Amino acid sequence: MPTKDAQPARLAVRKTYKLFIGGAFPRSESGRSYVVSDAKGNFVANAAQASRKDARDAVLAARGAVAKWSGATAYNRGQILYRIAEMLEGRRDQFIAELRTFGLSAAAAVSEVDASIDRWVWYAGWSDKIAQVVGGANPVAGPFFNLSAPEATGVVAIVAPAEPALLGLVGVVAPAIVTGNTVVVVASPDRPLPAITLAEVLATSDLPGGVVNLLTGSPAEIAPWLASHADVNALDLTGVTDHGLAKELEVAAADTLKRVVRPAAVDWSADPGIARMTAFLETKTVWHPKSFEGAKGSAY
Amino acid sequence: MTVATTPSAATLAEVTRSNAALRAFLHGLPGVDKVGADARAATLGTRSIKTTAKALAIDLAISMVDLTTLEGADTPGKVRGLANKALRPDPLDPTCPPTAAVCVYPSMVAEVARVVKGSPVKIASVATAFPAGQASLKVKLDDVRDAVRAGADEVDMVINRGAFLSGRYLEVFEEIVAVKDACGDARLKVIMETGELVTYDNVRRASWLSMLAGGDFIKTSTGKVQPAATPPVTLIMLEAVRDFLAVTGRKVGVKPAGGIKTSKDAIKYLVLVNETVGDGWLDPHWFRFGASSVLNDLLMQRSKMKTGHYSGPDYVTLD
Amino acid sequence: MSIFEYAPAPESRAIVSLKPSYGLFIGGEFVDGSGSFKSISPSSEEVLAEVAEASEADVDRAVAAARKAYEQVWGKMSGAERAKYLFRIARIIQERGRELAVLESLDNGKPIRESRDVDIPLVAAHFFYYAGWADKLDHAGFGASPRPLGVAGQIIPWNFPLLMLAWKIAPALACGNTVVLKPAETTPLTALLFAEICQQAELPPGVVNILTGAGAAGAALVAHPDVDKVAFTGSTEVGRIIARTVAGTNKRVTLELGGKAANIVFEDAPVDQAVEGIVNGIFFNQGHVCCAGSRLLVQESISEEVLESLKRRMSTLRVGDPLDKNTDIGAINSAEQLARIKELTAAGEQEGAEAWSPPCELPSRGFWFRPTIFTGVSQAHRIAREEIFGPVLSVLTFRTPAEAVEKANNTPYGLSAGIWTEKGSRILAVADQLRAGVVWANTFNKFDPTSPFGGYKESGYGREGGRHGLEAYLAH
Repeated sequence: MPTKDAQPARLAVRKTYKLFIGGAFPRSESGRSYVVSDAKGNFVANAAQASRKDARDAVLAARGAVAKWSGATAYNRGQILYRIAEMLEGRRDQFIAELRTFGLSAAAAVSEVDASIDRWVWYAGWSDKIAQVVGGANPVAGPFFNLSAPEATGVVAIVAPAEPALLGLVGVVAPAIVTGNTVVVVASPDRPLPAITLAEVLATSDLPGGVVNLLTGSPAEIAPWLASHADVNALDLTGVTDHGLAKELEVAAADTLKRVVRPAAVDWSADPGIARMTAFLETKTVWHPKSFEGAKGSAY
Repeated sequence: MTVATTPSAATLAEVTRSNAALRAFLHGLPGVDKVGADARAATLGTRSIKTTAKALAIDLAISMVDLTTLEGADTPGKVRGLANKALRPDPLDPTCPPTAAVCVYPSMVAEVARVVKGSPVKIASVATAFPAGQASLKVKLDDVRDAVRAGADEVDMVINRGAFLSGRYLEVFEEIVAVKDACGDARLKVIMETGELVTYDNVRRASWLSMLAGGDFIKTSTGKVQPAATPPVTLIMLEAVRDFLAVTGRKVGVKPAGGIKTSKDAIKYLVLVNETVGDGWLDPHWFRFGASSVLNDLLMQRSKMKTGHYSGPDYVTLD
Repeated sequence: MSIFEYAPAPESRAIVSLKPSYGLFIGGEFVDGSGSFKSISPSSEEVLAEVAEASEADVDRAVAAARKAYEQVWGKMSGAERAKYLFRIARIIQERGRELAVLESLDNGKPIRESRDVDIPLVAAHFFYYAGWADKLDHAGFGASPRPLGVAGQIIPWNFPLLMLAWKIAPALACGNTVVLKPAETTPLTALLFAEICQQAELPPGVVNILTGAGAAGAALVAHPDVDKVAFTGSTEVGRIIARTVAGTNKRVTLELGGKAANIVFEDAPVDQAVEGIVNGIFFNQGHVCCAGSRLLVQESISEEVLESLKRRMSTLRVGDPLDKNTDIGAINSAEQLARIKELTAAGEQEGAEAWSPPCELPSRGFWFRPTIFTGVSQAHRIAREEIFGPVLSVLTFRTPAEAVEKANNTPYGLSAGIWTEKGSRILAVADQLRAGVVWANTFNKFDPTSPFGGYKESGYGREGGRHGLEAYLAH
């Protein structure tokens, strides 16, 4: 009779890390994957290596989600972002563990995960306030009602910062989607696990499929296809560290006059301000005559 | 006419069958955006009418004046003076055209007739218990018949604004029909008192109502209520007669009245006519000014055009 | 020949005294340029003045002058003092309003009625508006004590020469920036008169620099390493080039580019005002308007009636001498633009759309085009997709509000749109769905300094006008 000790240890079920497109978790259509290692160089997982066709599919999914998401009430978007914070809170330990895999100290990992959760809460509250802060009535010199209100730009392609892997990602995704944009994000190539786990959170947070689409792989390979894609309205290059690549992407974006946020050093622990939200907002101004005589019952 | 819902001429008869049908029709007319209508009238008001165009416009305006006196203090002598002025606005210049008509109370019609008979100057009489219109239909119709019997070529009636504003459109319609009948051969001008209708949608509806009932002219005001004629209200009425002609083939005249005091005012109205309905209405038979003091200003401007220097009130006749 | 023909009523040219030639305005003085070109009147092809052409070296001099003024004077000056300069300029513009209007109509070809009643009053209003902001920037919502950017390089088009100058210079100066502005090659004269106004206002030298010239001067200005901010109004094509040029730099950019706006007329529209709005939408300023309502989308149930009214109305349009006070449509700005309009309208006819113009005599000299509408146009036609920038309207029809919105948005542009209906809820719902920066409901082509203007998509980015317009000139 074999001893207890001699029994083989339970074989762990490893997780397959996939892309997140249109609310589903496909592998790369290219069939490619790449090895993700921990801080010490040990194998952690195979992550899907997204291709240009995955990027194309992600843009399609993002475009498909624009009408519903930007058309949702601001209150509803705020509820969903808050739900994301709740779900993240529930997976707090998992995120901490993943961040530690990549070499963060326990304290640093806790701090980053907590800040990330709080950041979702912060942005959740903005959903129904940003229009009041940046829009408003314009006192034109004439008998007209004139109102400016912000609207989502549309599909935003984002190169997320390599680090902090979770807070940086939340810091670029949340401000884009809270106002009604949909996004295609290229995650940190070396530390993609928090991004993929975040996708699992998003998938269970009532966020409509396609609002956030997440690609893992090489930003240098994928981003140019996003920058030149005619159905992408804006480009956030925050995570691009190679100046030459950033310039090339901005040049490509010029073909369809995409709005571009250039790479910049960001203190992710600081108050984010509203610039990341307004970068992906359009101002629409509506005029209408004011008079007693304008209104009449319609006989149609 | 410009809307798909506009009925053909044949079905127009149907819309006056009941108050509900008439209401549905009038409320189905395209709305008027006040800011846009005001802006259009204001833009046309910036037209610069100079030299030959101004000379032409002044003579045209004089020929379109319904020279009017509607005072409790009117006497045969006062009215005769006015009628003479209508015949020869500028006694020293035979090239000056006569005015279109003299407009008086029914009791003064015979007096005017004595002066203008045989001339092109028409005799217009207000009637139907002008200006309030607050009398029984019988009294109103007798008023009209008196005026016509005394020689009036034209009758200026006022509609029942109270009935209109409370939505009793058929009542207003039937009264106009009755008055038109009482007019016989006299042309009927329907005064809508647009200052009391207030909204431009009402002006358009009242215009159509008046035309449907057989009015030969639609007229803004009695002159006793402010605001009287304004350029945007006249613009809307011009659009209405234009559209009515297109649908029915019947042409109706337009008469702004009250508040037109200067040559500049009068010329602005002629620009409105010119650019809204064109040549067809640039004729005293189809467009009139209900006014009195404007005539002397037109005469002074006319003199300025001819002599090159400004005239003064001592050089035009005061009647 | 109608009964009531309007006699010519020309505005006097005597109020404008042009010099035979003008230099570049750099550091508060007119200086010689490297070359020169002639500015002509598009209505007569008469040479109005000879104007200096700026070279790359001139751009360098102007940017240096602007930098110096920024660092030594303007950037340090209190907002309250800057405000007073801008108020001064606004007042002088009002005082010299007629002179500016006449010169604008001479150089641009637009009717004096528009330069006198629209362009110049808006120019003054714009300076008044931004003057008031100069000492209130802390309260504008861009953080406490927002800083200016530095030197702004600004390039403006020929369709509203002085108005576009005001849109560029007034907010830049209010925020504490200095500027180098290049007016369009075909319409430099009111900008040069504005330079004289800066002198009259005793604006410190170098705060405003005006460089006349062509595309090369503009390109040099955009590429200049000491320019912190580029502001451009013009074609989408040039906008793309500018966006590429500044890629990888720290330059801030705002672009106000082309458009192909839908003017949507529903069956319950106030029809007479809608027809006015259609006319104003496409024939205002000869259709040389980026936000022109160049695509009429009319509901099928009233399309015939609307077209009939539109044609009747178009027959009253008065085309001719820009200085005649009764002219509604003036001259096309240049031979080049006329050729472009002709090319696109020829393509329209070739593709099977039907052109209609009212009978009207055109002057024998100068550049002219009859107001024209194309019917039988589909979304696939070039004239429904490309910006013609002339008095040419493409008419399309629709059946339902959803179809109207879909067709309106089916363009790479997104600058403006019009909605005509008396149903309030429909206005708001359609306005919500239109991808355009300015939506005019039951009106069209209205502008105001307090009202932000700018586009979605390929119509550019950034807003000009209003509080929003400050953002382009502040570091934040």
